[in-house]
Amino acid sequence: MVSRPFENLVQSGSVSGPPSGGDYALDRGFRYLAWASAALILALVAYIVIEIGSKALPAIAQYGLGFLTSSEWNVQTGQFGILPQIWGTLYSSLLALLLGGLFGIGIGIFLTQDFLPPRLAATFRTIIELLAAIPSVVFGLWGIYVLIPLLRPVANWLHEVAGGIPFFSTSLSGPGLAPAALVLAIMILPTVASISVDALRQIPYKVKEAAYGMGTTRWEAILKVMLPTASSGILAALVLGFGRALGETMALAMLIGNSNQISLSLFAPANTLAALLASSFPEAGPVEIQALMYAALALLTITLIVNAVGLAVMKLATRKFEVER
Amino acid sequence: MSAPDLSLESNLHNLERALDARPSLQRSPLEARALKSGVLTGLTWVAALIAAVPLFSVIYMLFVEGGSRLSWETLTALPPSAFDLGGGFGNAIVGTIVMVGIATLISLPLGILAAVYLAILEPDSRLAHTVRFLAKVLTGFPSILAGVFVYAVMVVTMKTYSALAGGVALAVLMLPTVILAAEQAMAMVPKKMKDAAYGMGCTRTQVILKVVLPTGASGILTGVMLAIAGAAGNSAPLLFTALFSDYYLSSLTEPTASLAILIFNFSGMPYDNQIQLAWAASLVLVLIVLVFNILARLIGRQKY
Repeated sequence: MVSRPFENLVQSGSVSGPPSGGDYALDRGFRYLAWASAALILALVAYIVIEIGSKALPAIAQYGLGFLTSSEWNVQTGQFGILPQIWGTLYSSLLALLLGGLFGIGIGIFLTQDFLPPRLAATFRTIIELLAAIPSVVFGLWGIYVLIPLLRPVANWLHEVAGGIPFFSTSLSGPGLAPAALVLAIMILPTVASISVDALRQIPYKVKEAAYGMGTTRWEAILKVMLPTASSGILAALVLGFGRALGETMALAMLIGNSNQISLSLFAPANTLAALLASSFPEAGPVEIQALMYAALALLTITLIVNAVGLAVMKLATRKFEVER
Repeated sequence: MSAPDLSLESNLHNLERALDARPSLQRSPLEARALKSGVLTGLTWVAALIAAVPLFSVIYMLFVEGGSRLSWETLTALPPSAFDLGGGFGNAIVGTIVMVGIATLISLPLGILAAVYLAILEPDSRLAHTVRFLAKVLTGFPSILAGVFVYAVMVVTMKTYSALAGGVALAVLMLPTVILAAEQAMAMVPKKMKDAAYGMGCTRTQVILKVVLPTGASGILTGVMLAIAGAAGNSAPLLFTALFSDYYLSSLTEPTASLAILIFNFSGMPYDNQIQLAWAASLVLVLIVLVFNILARLIGRQKY
């Protein structure tokens, strides 16, 4: 590099000057700072994984993989296992995904397929986005004092009428899987809805026009043309919504009942990994902390994988349209 | 003049007959596929309306249950002990503001600098792609794990729960939101403007500080406001980093109260007074979150 490329300019006596040595130094310093900040994110993620992993190491050495398949959590005897929590996490998240996904995609369709005039659609979208702004604890509070009292008579009636079906095999006495999954569904609905809206919006308008031109009804166009075309984006919406449900903590800690049992019943109390961490961590002794770190590592692994898969699918979806256009 | 008319009329007549012979282009609303479409449309409307019910139910409960308890006393007093009447959550409001402030102070400069790297300096480098991916992964990161991480790193080494640890945990969660929003805002600054600045002989730093950041400011600010709104409502990472305290905070290195944890603690108590306070605190928390959300929308709307 030429050390002083603007020397002539300096001597010409013009008002404007070349960058001074200080400017160059500042420039270099600023760029290093920016690089360092970006690298810091990388370091942060690595640090998180390593820190939680290393704190879990003693527990991994002691309990091995049996930790994942044992259902005992007893501080007195020092026996720890997280099978019920894994089951509860997956079961509640799947239920939430079933409900939240269905409604979320429904709203994605509702907002993009000309059901509403554009301005009303924007208003409705805001309402759904505000749903995402309500803090988790507030949903928990609402669940305890509004949803559970509302759900209990229905649940107990279902238990009396159809108690033979494993899903209804217990009655709902208070906290339980059903209210937790319902609140979870409400909480992931905005995620699913907004990503599916984006996916459906990406479809070029002429695709829809072509379908209508063939004489399809609105729903034939939606079901046979729009949804298949946006399928990878919608899949990404579902996977990312699922990821969100897996890690949701406070509302579940308040609503699911924190009981370490494995039951198919929708009305039985259960537990999740995140709720276990929330309820046991503050009062845990050193041995239990190690076990909790192992549980945190399990949760970290599950959510990182689910989120990475979701993002990969989303990238695939966007790329597909870039090629087609 | 009459001859062409006649021919036109007969032509029309022929056309009409031809049309009669073809199937009607008008779809009967009773036809099976039209019916199916109508039913599905109805179901979608029902689903959309049902989806809006929880939001309105929550807001209604907040104003009815929480609004009735809201007063100067609840906003400034300390939390009551079990059988006490009255009391409030002034310390929790202060704690929430302080911790969100710490989180903003940490995540804002770091996030914007990282976004500068991603959007302007080396958008296509391998580091940029990795960081972008990780930031997206982190947005779906369970917030409680941020708490576990900060507990292991800060609480254990400092041997105390603290507002500082709570702030750092919230910063971990704010960082990806800030980075992604700021990157997007900066990438939207027209290339012409940057080129013009480069043409004037600006260094890259000058271009970034004097052109890109001011132009993208509203977009960046929108992202920051959304990140703050998210952090203010987040409670899981505070559970075992800031813990809770029944007093106003006097230093950053002691356990600190926050609205979210207060709601969590009080919601499970069997006393009416505490439950009312939990609703009132929820109302305050939701209002704080909504203010930042609305600010984000207003700032975002101004320019684009």
